[in-house]
Amino acid sequence: MKNFYRLLAVTGAALALQACDNDNNVVTPPAPPPPPPAMASFDVTAVNLTNAQPLSPIAVIGHTDAYTVFTVGDAASASLEDMAEGGDNTALIAEANAANVVVTGSGAAPVGPAGSETVTVTLLASDLPTLQISVATMLVNTNDAFAALNGFDVSGMAVGDSMTLNSIAYDAGTEADSEAAAHIPGPAGGGEGFNAARDDAADRVTMHAGVVSQDDGFATSDLTEQHRFDNPVMRVRIERTQ
Amino acid sequence: MKPIIKVTLAAICLLGATAASAADINVRIVNLTNGIHFTPFLVAVHPDGDSLFTTGQPASANLQAMAEGGDISGLVADMQALGATISSNPASGLLAPASSTNVDLNTDGTSNVRLSVVAMLLPTNDAFAGLNAVTIPTTPGTYTYNVPAYDAGTEANDELITGGGAPGAAGIPADPGGLGGSGGSGAATADANPNVHIHRNTLGDTDNAAGISDLDSRVHRWLNPVVRVVVTVR
Repeated sequence: MKNFYRLLAVTGAALALQACDNDNNVVTPPAPPPPPPAMASFDVTAVNLTNAQPLSPIAVIGHTDAYTVFTVGDAASASLEDMAEGGDNTALIAEANAANVVVTGSGAAPVGPAGSETVTVTLLASDLPTLQISVATMLVNTNDAFAALNGFDVSGMAVGDSMTLNSIAYDAGTEADSEAAAHIPGPAGGGEGFNAARDDAADRVTMHAGVVSQDDGFATSDLTEQHRFDNPVMRVRIERTQ
Repeated sequence: MKPIIKVTLAAICLLGATAASAADINVRIVNLTNGIHFTPFLVAVHPDGDSLFTTGQPASANLQAMAEGGDISGLVADMQALGATISSNPASGLLAPASSTNVDLNTDGTSNVRLSVVAMLLPTNDAFAGLNAVTIPTTPGTYTYNVPAYDAGTEANDELITGGGAPGAAGIPADPGGLGGSGGSGAATADANPNVHIHRNTLGDTDNAAGISDLDSRVHRWLNPVVRVVVTVR
């Protein structure tokens, strides 16, 4: 009982909400009043935190929970494979648009190590209450590693609010991690990007286990210790500017 | 506007609240790794002030048994002694890479407010994933926790698949994925840090018949996080 009174004192409102779980009426956020301006804007800034892994042009997708770029454990979509193996986000963005997402945007060029790029997306303010933002980009000196922010909820952000988030590296599961130049599209390889064949250990998205590299005993790897990375690999700052 | 509405709802709900309500939760566990299996998980909701392990402190004998051989029976007994709300082995065996499992837990009538989740990584000597006594939020919603791999600090990471899973026995019990090798000479001697610490990852090599390790550097490494725990508070 002592515990109960302490909880009641400290988080009375929250406890009460929980006591009320039969009607579930607090799960759905209340619809906010329609703001006077009709548009909203977000500046999405990606910072490359790696040592020697340029990031392919950043894809930014604003969407509801009806869309997702990927799910850990599921096979990657063909358009995600295209980006994760070859660094080209065209198909990923086209597919998102075909799925009637709220808004899409792309960086103009690859983002080198220590570099950053800001992509601005503008949307109807009426789409804010259910808005999530996803960001995706390939680590181009790999076979099929990508960094992503997967459906971050920005519905509660007011104008001027900003959030800084860390992105980790995933393995698309669509190409074996051979680390061979012939299959690495980035400057360390100059080889093939997208190939529709799926020859990874298993055809599903997982966390990336990192680059082994020639310097660490992987004799047929064309990557060096410089190309290794650890999480997080990208920092994403989201600021609502309008 | 949002906070005001919440307070109003809370007030209404208070009228109907008759007792200290405990957590009714679902715990979802996702294996994020590319090539690591997890032994049976222990999911425990327990009182404040208790934990299964403390980083920087030596592992308990029961934690060691879990981390070296996947045996959670000792930790289950520890938690039962505390009156914890427990699910042991929700995946009914090993949890394969990129697979998930989930379990419902209800702590009604208890003082259990902290969530711990542990399981051993295979194939390793004594690596385990641990969500360590996080406070379960009381506001309904979905909460995601990223879980790192720890080294129990109790066994040398020799990376030799010998079948050795008993506490104190050298070697790795098994490689469920079947991608390991044999004939390694031993990747490491005793841990420099004998206490529970963040695991420094598998070394491995690319020779399945010799080399220093029976593990494969291309499939058995990982980067944190290795597990995602998603808690849904109803």
